[in-house]
Amino acid sequence: METHGQVVDRLRSAFRSGVTVPEQFRRAQLTRLMSMLKDNEQQIVNALHKDLAKPKFEAVLSEIDIVINELHHAIANFKSWMQPEYVSKNLATKLDECFVKREPLGVVLIIGAWNYPLQLLILPMVGAIAAGNCVVIKPSEVSAATDSLIAELIPKYLSQDCFAVVSGGAEDTKALLQNRFDHIFYTGSQTVARSILQAASVHLTPVTLELGGKCPCFIYGGVNIRAAARRLAWAKFFNAGQSCVAPDYVLCLPATRDALLPALREALEEFYGKEPQTCPDLSRIVSPRHWRRLMELLKKSSGKVVVGGESNEEDKYIAPTVVVDMSEDDALMEEEIFGPILPILTIESLEKGIDFINRKEKPLALYVFSDESSVVNTVLEKTSSGGFCSNDGIVHMTLPGLPFGGVGASGWGSYHGRWGFETFSHRRACMLRGWALERLNGLRYPPYSDDKLGWLRWTTSPKSSCSLM
Amino acid sequence: MSREQLVVQRARKSFQTGNTKPLEFRVHQLRSLQRFVSDRRRDIAEAVKRDLGKSEHGTELFETLGLEGEISLAIEKLAEWAAPRPVEKNLLTISDEVYVQPEPLGVVLIIGAWNYPWAVTLQPLVGAIAAGNAAVIKPSEVSSHSAKVMEELLPQYLDKDLYPVVTGGVSETQELLKQRFDHVFYTGSSTVGKLVMEAAARHLTPVTLELGGKSPCFIDRNCDITVACRRITWGKFVNCGQTCIAPDYILCEPSIQSRVVEEIKKRIKEFYTDNPKTFEDYGRIINQRHFQRVMALMEGSTVAVGGDSDESQCYIAPTVLRDVTRDSKVMKEEIFGPLLPIITVSGVDEAIQFINEREKPLVVYVFSNNNKLIKRVIAETSSGALLANDCLVHFTVSALPFGGVGNSGMGCYHGRHSFDQLSHLRSCLIKQLKMEGVNSMRYPPHTAKKLGWARFFLLKQVNVCRLQRMALLAVMAGLAAFVVQRFLLRG
Repeated sequence: METHGQVVDRLRSAFRSGVTVPEQFRRAQLTRLMSMLKDNEQQIVNALHKDLAKPKFEAVLSEIDIVINELHHAIANFKSWMQPEYVSKNLATKLDECFVKREPLGVVLIIGAWNYPLQLLILPMVGAIAAGNCVVIKPSEVSAATDSLIAELIPKYLSQDCFAVVSGGAEDTKALLQNRFDHIFYTGSQTVARSILQAASVHLTPVTLELGGKCPCFIYGGVNIRAAARRLAWAKFFNAGQSCVAPDYVLCLPATRDALLPALREALEEFYGKEPQTCPDLSRIVSPRHWRRLMELLKKSSGKVVVGGESNEEDKYIAPTVVVDMSEDDALMEEEIFGPILPILTIESLEKGIDFINRKEKPLALYVFSDESSVVNTVLEKTSSGGFCSNDGIVHMTLPGLPFGGVGASGWGSYHGRWGFETFSHRRACMLRGWALERLNGLRYPPYSDDKLGWLRWTTSPKSSCSLM
Repeated sequence: MSREQLVVQRARKSFQTGNTKPLEFRVHQLRSLQRFVSDRRRDIAEAVKRDLGKSEHGTELFETLGLEGEISLAIEKLAEWAAPRPVEKNLLTISDEVYVQPEPLGVVLIIGAWNYPWAVTLQPLVGAIAAGNAAVIKPSEVSSHSAKVMEELLPQYLDKDLYPVVTGGVSETQELLKQRFDHVFYTGSSTVGKLVMEAAARHLTPVTLELGGKSPCFIDRNCDITVACRRITWGKFVNCGQTCIAPDYILCEPSIQSRVVEEIKKRIKEFYTDNPKTFEDYGRIINQRHFQRVMALMEGSTVAVGGDSDESQCYIAPTVLRDVTRDSKVMKEEIFGPLLPIITVSGVDEAIQFINEREKPLVVYVFSNNNKLIKRVIAETSSGALLANDCLVHFTVSALPFGGVGNSGMGCYHGRHSFDQLSHLRSCLIKQLKMEGVNSMRYPPHTAKKLGWARFFLLKQVNVCRLQRMALLAVMAGLAAFVVQRFLLRG
C-alpha cells in the first residue's frame, strides 16, 4: 500500500513529465470521466441511496447530471480557455507581444463532503483536469458507500499515474495535508477549514474553501405566497435540508408567516404525501451523529413546531419540520442547521431584517422571495453573500456561467465552468519584446533627466494606447 | 484596547455606514490620492533619498510614475469595472437576470515593503479604494522615512477613518494581524508570507501574497548580446538590485560568459560612471543588516566586475560574479542586492532543468533571437511572469496580472486585477415568481417522465447570444411550459 507521500511523489513525477499538459490528454481524461458517470449510473444511485437514502431523482439531477453538464461545458470550451489572452498595451510596448497564459499548477488536492459526495468531489475535479493538473481526491468517509465506489471506479477510468483516490478519516486527512500540494480545494466546515489553511500556509499553498453558514431567506412585500412556498419547500427539503445552499431560515412579517404556513403545509403534502416517512422521495440524515445533533437543536429550541416534528432514530428520519415563535438567539438560530428543520423568524421591518443578517457572518447564499423588485434590490444592495437568488432557491448554482463560492466565513474562491478552470490555473503574464527600438529604451537608462522622464511619462501612460500606431 | 484594535474598529464602523459604496465617493478619494502624489512629490523624493539613496528622478521613474498611471486608470475605468457582469444562461433562466456583481469586501490590510515603499504600498491601495473597501495601511518600518511621511501626510488627503496609516515594527504588525480583516495584502519575503497566511487563517481571511525568489535570466548564444546586457544591467542595478523582479542570476553558455561580463562592465560605466559611489543615480542598500547580508553572499565566488563597498554608506558597487557554482552562498537565497552571479550551463536544456529544480520564481527572463526557444522556455517552466528580451517592464503594463505562483506568491494585481482581487464577485440570479408551472417537473412526487423532462431542461447549457436562437428558445420554453402544465401535472 502506498503512503500518501509516495502517492504525491508519483503524481508529481507524472506532472513534471508534462503528460497532463497537452489538450488531447485532458480531453481524453474528461471523456473517460463522463463515461464513468454514464456507465455506472445505477451503481452511483445505489451508493447514494445507501449513504443518504437519496431518491433516484435527486441523485440523477444533483449528483450525476450536474457533473455531466460540467463535463460537456468543459470539453466544449477548455481549448479556448487554454489559449493565450492578448492584452492591451501602452505606447512603449505597442510592438511587443503581451499575453496571459493559463498554466497548470501541478498536483492539486480536492477534499469532498458527504452531503453531495459525488458532485462536490468530481465537479471540481473537472476544472482541475481541464486546467492540466494531476489530482488527488479525498472523498468524505462519512458517505462511506460513495467513498468506496469512487475509490473503485476512478482507477478504472482515469490515468493512475496522474489521478489518485485517497480514503480515510480525520487522522488520515491530517497526515495527507503534511504533503505539499500546489492547490487545496476543500468543501466542508469552517473549523476544519482553519486547520487546512494552517497546513497550507506551511507550503504557501493557495486554497479554495467552500464552506457554509446560515443562508437567510426573506419573504417580504407583495408575493405570490403559493409559488414562494413551493420553491422554498423544494429548496429546503431537497436532500433533507443537507445542502450548503439550502435556505436555512425564513425572515418575514407575522402576517406573511400566517399566510406562509398553510401554503407550506399544502406544498409539503403534495411533495411527500401525508406520511413523509413512507415517501421514497425524501432523503434521510447521513449519520446517527447528525440525527442526534438535529434532534438536540429541536429540543433546545424554545420555538413551537407547527409542521412535522416526527422522527425515527433507527431510520435516521426527521420529518420536514417548521418551527415558529422563537427569538433571535434561539438554539436554531446559532449554527447552520443542515437538516429538514425550517425556523420562521418574524421581523418588524425589512431594515430590521437586513440589520439582523448583517450582524451575522456572510452566508453562502441569500434568498429573497418578493414580487416587488424594490424589495429585492434593497436586500441585494445592503447585504453581502457568496451568491444571491431571488424567488427561488439553490438553482443559481446550476449555471456554469456563475462563480460558485462564498465570502468571509462562507468561503474563499469559487468554481463551476470557467471559474473552476481558472481556480486550478496560474495566469502567467508573458511579454515578448523585440530587439528594435533600443533607442526608445534609452529614455529609461541613467543618467536620468527631466527631459527623458517627460517622454517616458507619455509613452507609458495607459491612455497613450491610441490610434497613433 | 490596543491602538491597532481601535484603528481597525473605526475603519470597520465607517465602512459599515455604506459611504464607500457610491462610485463618486471612491473617485473622490482616488483624485485626492492623485493630488497627494503630485503635491507631495518633493516630500516623497526626500524620504526615498534618505531611505535608499535614490535620486529624485529615480523615485519618479520607479515609484510615482506607475502609481499615477494606476490611479488615472482606476478613475477612468471604475464605472466599467464596478458594473454588473452578465453571464450565459440556460433554457429555464432565459427570462431571468443572471450576472456577477462586484462588491467590496470590507476592511483590507495592506502591508507594504521597503524596497519601493510608495509603489508597493499605495498601488494595492488604489485597488482597495476602487473596489469600495476601507484599508489599513502598514508601511514597512525598514524604510522609516517614507513610513513617517506617509503617516503624517496621507491623512491630510484621504479619509482618516477609512484609510488609516499604522506605523510600527514587528510587534505592531503582529498585533494588527490578530485583528479580523476581510483581506490581507502582503508584499515581502516568503518566510514572513507564511506567517501572514497563518495569522490570517485564524479568521479565515483570504490573502494576496506578493513574495520573491531568485528570478533566473537565461542568455541564449543567439541574441544581440550587447543590447541584452544593456537591458539586464539596467534591470539588475536599478534600486541597487533591491527589486523583487530583478534578474537575480544569469545562466549562459561558457563560450559567451566573458563577452557578457565585458558588456555588463561597459554598461555599468555608461549608466553609473567610473565611480558609482559618487553618482547621484546609483542607490544604496537599505540598512546595515542587509548590507552585511549581501556582502556575505559574495564569499567563495570570483568577482569579475566591481566588488568594492563602503559600510558607512551602505554602498556596494555594481558587481558581477563569474563561474559561480550551484552550491555557492550567493545561490542559496534571493540576493536582493547589486551582485549579479553568472552560472554556466551547456544550453537551454540545462537551463530549463536548472530553473525547474528550484522554487517557482516571480519572473523568468530569457534573451534570445529564437522565438521557438522562447516558446519552449514558456512551455517548460513556470513562474509568476515571463519576460523575453528585457527586464522589469512587464510591471508597467496594467493589463498584465502582476503576481507570483508557488513560493513566489498567490493572487495578483495591477489595473483591473487590483479591483477584482479586492472585490467579492457575487453571483446573482434574479427570478420572478411567474411560470411556476414549469417548476413542477422538479418537485416530488418524482416520476420517470418528470425526470426525463427535468434532465433535458434543467441542466443543458445554452448560449443565448444570437437573436434568432433567443426567439427559438423562447418559443421552446413556452412550449415546454405548456407541455408541462398540460401533461405532466396530470400525473
